[in-house]
Amino acid sequence: MKRKHKRLTFVGIALLLLAAAAALILAAFEENIVFFFSPTDILAQKPTPDRRLRLGGLVEEGTVTKPKGGVITFRVTDTAQTVPVSYKGILPDLFREGQGIVAEGRYINNVFVADEVLAKHDENYMPPEVAEAIKKSGQWQGKEKVKTK
Amino acid sequence: MYLYKFGKMIFHKYANPTRFLKLASTIQPWAAAATIGFLLAGLYFALLSSPGDYQQGETVRIMYIHVPAAWMAMFCYTAMAAAAAVGLIWKHPVAELAARATAPIGACFTFLALFTGSLWGKPMWGTWWVWDARLTSVLILFFLYLGYMALSNAFDDPARGSKASSILALVGFVNVPIIKFSVDWWNTLHQPASVIKMDGPAIHASMLIPLILMAFAFKAFYIWVMLMRIRGEINEGKIRALRLRQVHGGPPSRTTILEKTTEGAR
Repeated sequence: MKRKHKRLTFVGIALLLLAAAAALILAAFEENIVFFFSPTDILAQKPTPDRRLRLGGLVEEGTVTKPKGGVITFRVTDTAQTVPVSYKGILPDLFREGQGIVAEGRYINNVFVADEVLAKHDENYMPPEVAEAIKKSGQWQGKEKVKTK
Repeated sequence: MYLYKFGKMIFHKYANPTRFLKLASTIQPWAAAATIGFLLAGLYFALLSSPGDYQQGETVRIMYIHVPAAWMAMFCYTAMAAAAAVGLIWKHPVAELAARATAPIGACFTFLALFTGSLWGKPMWGTWWVWDARLTSVLILFFLYLGYMALSNAFDDPARGSKASSILALVGFVNVPIIKFSVDWWNTLHQPASVIKMDGPAIHASMLIPLILMAFAFKAFYIWVMLMRIRGEINEGKIRALRLRQVHGGPPSRTTILEKTTEGAR
């Protein structure tokens, strides 16, 4: 074996081992790397009120109430389960019914009390006329899938 | 087999910096022209002749800078790691220089992606920054570039700096697939891929065209600036060699060694 072939083999093996190590580390930290929990996760875990966490999902159609004393309530769904959310503050521009959002706060007495709401947008980009046309033809699948993990 | 031999010939031929300089000065004006051409066409479509988004409105135009910059951030790192590997394994002198020349360009693209992403995040998501898997892994990429640059310049002997930093470049390459798939492996605030995905792009053609044009412009810009930087590195090496010769009366310097290795790989 020539020296350059030895170096090639060594670098190749080192990279493979490194990739394997990285995969194991990421797999071990999976719970900490996810940015938010779905309603299904929240209902399964029943987190205690002292824990700060993020809830992600779609704003359920027809559940957004008018603010009472600055507090707005709505339900977040992953199409399997829903969790009620209350929030006091300014909502991002993209917040609307059917929109994906991520709320940060605490789960208290079966209500998610959020102190920050972020809008999540999906990977679809199109002009308004095209969106209109797709909606009319009944082919609309604009709602993003929420991963349950 | 013929193709392999041809590739091998090119590989060895341009291991000679002087020959490489000739090739570089031929390509450079073309890369410059392509950059300007694609940039003008891309910006015309991106800013004037494309529609706003159905949800985001005019803000979507940030995409035409943000997305190509983010692609280039990952592309430059891949190119840098590949060049570092070639330099490390085959001792290809121009490959080492190419890796060194790519790092600051990649760092700038990464910064641009992070910065424009932040400007986009505030109006759309409602926040400048979150620590989700995509944003965090790109920030790590930025630090890897900075670390590479610091390490490759930390040694008095450029050859040693090149070896240490090449190893860092290769180790850091693990991060590139993590960035790409972060939005699929974990839930993130950042949306999943729109263009490079299995079932075709999720972007309307009227918005995909300016995006692709801008991506070509960025790529041509990279080639242009990278060649410029490699020429600078080669000339710097020559100056260093001349100075050393003046001072010491002629111990063999790195550049004279580079010049002699016309056969390149040993």
